[in-house]
Amino acid sequence: MDLKKLFQMNPDRSLYPEMGEDGKPIIDLSSHKFLKIWQGPQHPGITGNMSLELTVSGDEIVESKTHVGYLHRGFEKLMERRKFIQCFPTCIRMCVAEPDPNEYILAAAIEDLAGIEVPETAQWLRTLALEMARLQILLRSVPGQGGTFALGLGYQWGNYIRDLILDRFEELTGGRVYHMYIIPGGVRGLLPDGFKKRMEENLKLVDEFVINIDNLMYNNSVFKQRAKGLAVIPKDWIDTYGVYGPTARAAGVMRDVRKTHPYLKYAELDFEPFTTTESDVYARSRVRWHDLQTTVDLIRQIMAKMPDGGEIRAETPNVLHWRIPKGETYQKCESSRGEYGMYMVTDGSDKPRRVNLKGPSYTHANALLDKLLINANIADTAAIMVSLATCPPEIER
Amino acid sequence: MNIKDVLSPFTAWKRVARDPVTVKDPFNDRPGADRYRGFHKNDVEACIGCGTCEDICENEAIDLVPFKDPISGDSGLRPSIDYGRCCWCALCVDVCTTNSLTLSNEYTWVATDPDEFIFTPGVDKKDWDENEKGWKKPEGNYEFYGLKRVEMEHLHPEERSDSFIEMVKGYSKEQAQKEADRCVECGICTATCPAHMGIPEYIKAIRNDDIEEGLRVLYETNPLPEICGRICTHKCESVCSIGHKGDPLSIRWLKRYIADQVPSDKYKDILDTNEIENNDKKIAIIGAGPSGLTAAHYLVKMGYSVTIFEQFEAAGGMMRYGIPEYRLPYESIDKDINYILSLGVDIKYNTRIGADITLDQLGKDFDAVFSGTGLHLGRSTGIPGSDNEHVYYSTDYLRKITAGEEIEVAESIVVIGGGNVAMDITRSLARMQKVKYGKANIIATSLEKEDVMPADREEVVEAREEGAIINPGWAPQSIEIKDGVPTGLHVVECNSLFDETGRFNPQCSMDVKEFWPGVQIIESIGQGMDLSYISEEFKENMAFSPRGRVETNDYFQTGVKWFFMGGDIIEGPDVIHGIANGHKAAIGIDNFIQGIDFKAAK
Repeated sequence: MDLKKLFQMNPDRSLYPEMGEDGKPIIDLSSHKFLKIWQGPQHPGITGNMSLELTVSGDEIVESKTHVGYLHRGFEKLMERRKFIQCFPTCIRMCVAEPDPNEYILAAAIEDLAGIEVPETAQWLRTLALEMARLQILLRSVPGQGGTFALGLGYQWGNYIRDLILDRFEELTGGRVYHMYIIPGGVRGLLPDGFKKRMEENLKLVDEFVINIDNLMYNNSVFKQRAKGLAVIPKDWIDTYGVYGPTARAAGVMRDVRKTHPYLKYAELDFEPFTTTESDVYARSRVRWHDLQTTVDLIRQIMAKMPDGGEIRAETPNVLHWRIPKGETYQKCESSRGEYGMYMVTDGSDKPRRVNLKGPSYTHANALLDKLLINANIADTAAIMVSLATCPPEIER
Repeated sequence: MNIKDVLSPFTAWKRVARDPVTVKDPFNDRPGADRYRGFHKNDVEACIGCGTCEDICENEAIDLVPFKDPISGDSGLRPSIDYGRCCWCALCVDVCTTNSLTLSNEYTWVATDPDEFIFTPGVDKKDWDENEKGWKKPEGNYEFYGLKRVEMEHLHPEERSDSFIEMVKGYSKEQAQKEADRCVECGICTATCPAHMGIPEYIKAIRNDDIEEGLRVLYETNPLPEICGRICTHKCESVCSIGHKGDPLSIRWLKRYIADQVPSDKYKDILDTNEIENNDKKIAIIGAGPSGLTAAHYLVKMGYSVTIFEQFEAAGGMMRYGIPEYRLPYESIDKDINYILSLGVDIKYNTRIGADITLDQLGKDFDAVFSGTGLHLGRSTGIPGSDNEHVYYSTDYLRKITAGEEIEVAESIVVIGGGNVAMDITRSLARMQKVKYGKANIIATSLEKEDVMPADREEVVEAREEGAIINPGWAPQSIEIKDGVPTGLHVVECNSLFDETGRFNPQCSMDVKEFWPGVQIIESIGQGMDLSYISEEFKENMAFSPRGRVETNDYFQTGVKWFFMGGDIIEGPDVIHGIANGHKAAIGIDNFIQGIDFKAAK
């Protein structure tokens, strides 16, 4: 044994893991050079229940494998046993933190298959609810990126304002977390009196927060040191791995369903999603910070443009035995994490034949995360995962 | 490294001087928003226990539990909610047919016993029961089912006022399916229908476009669907749960739709009655009215040899000889009756029990006898002048119109009575006046004010459309007679019908008088029964109510064990009670012949 080498302060990492002919590392746990550790399923850095099986050498990750299965509730299957209207309270749980896109894609799929035209006012209210949902989740995920590097202060600030946005949700929809507002056919209520005024007060706080978090996080030497250059996704991986939303936009690929395939009232709104090219953790977080400002601007635009009254729900057949003709559809929207879509097949009965959710976490947190973690420092695991906006409930719907 | 990046995070310190934003006093309640979906409330008096909340609940958190004895239009059940399953989606509130179920904005509830969280809102008293805030069904065009009825097309008053062509056109397939879609399948109607028809099931068959199944459901409880689908008094519709917020379902027209779709020659195949195994027992039925025909239908299906004795030359009873053709065309009556007769029922027309053959003889010749002789005798007001030869009973007149007999139609007529029969004769005579004189000149009056008139509302409206004058709320006093011919009717205003104890005791303002000219007066104030065919010997063994009605057991068996009675003489008067009686009596007769104890029978 080469004692000199053993006590060397800066081990030469290029020597191991030794790479096999197939390009994969040769990992021999009995060599004592490697350690297998599990991050999750219960771990603060895992935003939900999911587990990463990490093989580390020193503090460097040499292999990573995502394990899911801790959160399986089988919503897609449950919906095959439920009438269309009963899918409505079921589907929102597929991504708990941002429930409104779930409601919207279900409603959009049902309406598309049943040939229902949603009233104008309801479309505006849906757009508003979706942007409010984006706002409340970005108020967590933007400072949350700092949280993964132990900068918890911004998270406190964001969560306070998020609670105020949930107050607005509560008065609009009757619920704080499970809004159950975008119902097949329309929405479940007009804006309450004084809603716009209270919302504007909250938006002013968000404006202030945007500046504060810029000072606290994005102009922070520690954050910059750790986030810049970390977990760079090459542009050619975007298509290979099916990367969506802010993660793709940080790599210079314009992917935003609101812009590329406008739905609801987005075509009537003036906005330009931010793109950059660095494609590291810092860039991805920065894209979300810009998204936060875009969302605030969009909510202001929506509140100015939307009609005050009007019909909130289209006439539908009796929901207790609503049969939808045979067909299939894929309906999508832009969640804060990227394209969020639902594929639904109907067979003419009163229940969906098959429902499949397509969320960005499925690709981001499985194949892409496994790849990105290789050669990363173990302390950066949570940061990389959060930068991909992983939502484990949505992987295991 | 930029020096700005080192200093910038310290700007956070400026917040040190700010007030904290956290909740300062955790012991004060923070009320939920006005629309908050909190704990359930239920107005148990408004709730009818229809169970749509239970149907829509995807978590199966709602269970209907007994609250009180069921009454017509109320199942007596109320929703109990399991908060271990509930997700507070409030779909139960949005689908509620009476808007009785709501949510409060209360959201904290601490209890040590887990079973407490299964409770019946409104019955188990809670702190939030009086809380006005919380989720209610959104206002505006937010309905989970159609509240507006699919309009039935009628002949226009000009087209129908001088003819007896059927005025209701019937639903098309699209219309029927749209109307059937509104049903929430609560079954409140089934409980109220005297015949307990499977209404939600046949409405479902319409939705599924399975007319054959629909017909099978109809014939389980009602062998006269063409007739009932036209003239049933539709008590089901008056309790329809959808009727609490919107128009009740057109249950009657949907039944008619099914029956109209099936041609007569398909009936036996669909209902699987091509071959019926016969037994050697013989049943006699007196009167081919709704109850008699129904009893005949179910008995013949059980294998009995059934013979009907009918006093007129055609079957149908009051359905044929009482209800005018514009409401119930003869071909519809014939379609239902011919099917029943085709099952092997023997019918002897122009045979009157008591005159042509005695009841005693029937009892000897047959194993059991069912009588549904109905109410055919007219009743007189007994006012001065009512014994004049130009004063007629509506029942006689309606029968003569059906039989095609020559009848007197005067230029001006007054009808006394405000029930459906009075409307029938008024509208029939108005048509005949239109043909004969070019215009209708007929007044119908009733003791009751318009809002409590016994006639169906649509009958009154349509009669007016056809040119008749309906003038309710007057008490007839006398018929003015001049030279042996009536010249009109004296009436005074009638203010109320019943006294405080609920007894019939009309109160009139004698000084508010009117005189309505009319050279012909029709009395239509109800009908009486003719039981002269039952000999005194039998009557001694039978029980009678103080008002003279025969009393029977639940299976319509009289004190004379082999003699069953039903229809208008026992219950009603209307067709659907007759059908219900006939069906039950058929089961009773079967039990009687087989010697099964009625109490054990189902």
